Amino acid sequence: MPTLEEQRFDELIAADARVEPRDWMPEGYRKTLVRQISQHAHSEIIGMQPEANWISRAPSLKRKAILMAKVQDEAGHGLYLYSAAQTLGTPRDEMFQALVDGTAKYSSIFNYPTLTWADMGAIGWLVDGAAICNQVPLCRASYGPYGRAMVRICKEESFHQRQGFEILLELMNGTDAQKAMAQDAVDRWYAPSLMMFGPPDGDSPNSQQSMAWNIKRFSNDDLRQRFVDMLVPQAEALGVTLPDPDLRFNEQTGHYDYGQLDWDEFHEVLAGRGPCNGQRLAHRRKAFEDGAWVREAAAAYARTQAQLEKVAS
Amino acid sequence: MTTPGAADDREEWPMWEVFVRANRGLSHVHAGSLHAPDATMAVKNARDLYTRRNEGVSIWVVPAEFITTSDPDAKGAYFESPAGKNYRHASYYTKSEGVKHL
Amino acid sequence: MTTFDHGDIQLDELALDDEIVRRAGVATADVAEYALWLGDDALVLAQQLGWWISRAPELEEDIALGNIALDLLGHARSLLSYAGSASGRTEDDLAYWRGERDFRSSQLVEQPNGDYAHTIVRQLAAAVSMYELYSRLQSSGDATLAAIAAKAVKEVAYHREHCVEWFRRLALGTDESRRRLEIALDHVWPYVGDLFRDEPLIDRLEGIAVRPSSLRPAFDAVIDALAAETGIVFPAADTARGGGRRGWHTEYLSLLLAEMQVLAREHPGATW
Repeated sequence: MPTLEEQRFDELIAADARVEPRDWMPEGYRKTLVRQISQHAHSEIIGMQPEANWISRAPSLKRKAILMAKVQDEAGHGLYLYSAAQTLGTPRDEMFQALVDGTAKYSSIFNYPTLTWADMGAIGWLVDGAAICNQVPLCRASYGPYGRAMVRICKEESFHQRQGFEILLELMNGTDAQKAMAQDAVDRWYAPSLMMFGPPDGDSPNSQQSMAWNIKRFSNDDLRQRFVDMLVPQAEALGVTLPDPDLRFNEQTGHYDYGQLDWDEFHEVLAGRGPCNGQRLAHRRKAFEDGAWVREAAAAYARTQAQLEKVAS
Repeated sequence: MTTPGAADDREEWPMWEVFVRANRGLSHVHAGSLHAPDATMAVKNARDLYTRRNEGVSIWVVPAEFITTSDPDAKGAYFESPAGKNYRHASYYTKSEGVKHL
Repeated sequence: MTTFDHGDIQLDELALDDEIVRRAGVATADVAEYALWLGDDALVLAQQLGWWISRAPELEEDIALGNIALDLLGHARSLLSYAGSASGRTEDDLAYWRGERDFRSSQLVEQPNGDYAHTIVRQLAAAVSMYELYSRLQSSGDATLAAIAAKAVKEVAYHREHCVEWFRRLALGTDESRRRLEIALDHVWPYVGDLFRDEPLIDRLEGIAVRPSSLRPAFDAVIDALAAETGIVFPAADTARGGGRRGWHTEYLSLLLAEMQVLAREHPGATW
């Protein structure tokens, strides 16, 4: 017999209503959310680095401004998500600590290096494109604070994919060296971006439960298919080749078939053995540790001022 | 009763709730939260975080721990009463239909 | 910022437009040179602050410094575009294809980011002086400079608040923060004088440019007030040799430009 609380929760989910922070919720639901939202937040924060890497070298002042605004947005998105996770009872400092300790996971895509300027284009077009496919359905996630954070993020992110596409388009309309740079970046980012949707449905044990709870709305493979279908015409418009010999339109399904992805690589990177895992964590840890004295100073100042005000009143 | 997510001694900087007025004539609406060492910095951080795209003309910040919420378990007790009192709404009064300016 | 009852803080004056107004106008050679002074200061500072995005002491500060960098980059783009109008060059021609000797930025802005205290001290001197400068430049006889200043002064007013608040916290926070702040002042403050040096160019731009030395009293008043409030003793501001406006720089600028310009210079004639 479900308890009254469980019944109420199940009714909310069945009615596709929103669960709010002070509602009763099953422990598994809370845990799943904390894990997913904090991982999402960590991904935004670590995800700043591959692009921040090119802020100082952006090849025009306009591109420099756009890139700065974009990386700055990512800090904001991390912040919105940490706030959402915090409503479930885990303080941000604790989540942050787990990240710098290396015990928290984040999207494996950010463990790949950004080797050329064209990577800024490929990340915007492919990585943000995949992220948007993932995120739009999350705006309707059953947990209210998560959905609201996603609404804000999706609104702000609408320019991220476009600016990436535009970078690649400029390159493809440019010199031979620029064209080669663009194709090389697409070659490197295409498969990892497809893997951003997570393992195939058969190997994704948590997906079913997440969908039953209305956290996740579509399966990994469904989202991946939607993304591939979207990419093909965009690649044609750009004039780049997607590096998949098996990619072709399937008349019967009305979708594009695509080749096998290297899931061994995916799991390797996820397990901490990607090209940049160590570097990304070290960067985050250094910023966190170098900033400690600043955060302490501000906290100490606030305490002193509060005391002075007390004495004065 | 404090709100979930309020800062406690596990946090270096406390959490603040941010309310933004989108335009003159409108109320401040909850926009989200952030961390800041004190009120002055909280307003600045809110400006930088929640009004980068012209979303606001005015900001309130409140320490999250000072927000008191109604008890969701007492939902019935708190929010049942208005139901069945639809005489508080103009649409309850139908006899005057067709009469102008009412 | 004005505080009303019930904590209502108006942000109208802080509302940011997408980009600074670009008025059609061709600068004379002298005006262009002066626009480079201001534009190069803003560009070098923006380049420096951009480094902090992903490295700041707290996430909220990543965003705050990013906003300041973006404002400054906006000012730089307007000023360099205007400067370029005198010689048929674009903002990017000027940013990416001039060597270190042709940069007219002050020696202050090229001083390294260092720890957060160094950045705040450099930012304090820059923002306080820029605020005084742009306040006066709004009534410049040159319409384009006046328009750019009118936009910039509002943004710089916020930058000034930001670094004054942080200066207070570092000065009065912990022993460690005060110690670091004093080291930063020793390193950075000697270059502050370079902001206030008059050059012959200024004599030729009467009514158009703001005389740098005329900003000094207002600048000193702000700093003196901060010194009185915090008990921090500011070192002398004029001990470095200076000369950024003549293209004399410290070792740091060349490295900064090398990084900023490397990609653009690998692809001459390319568009991005």
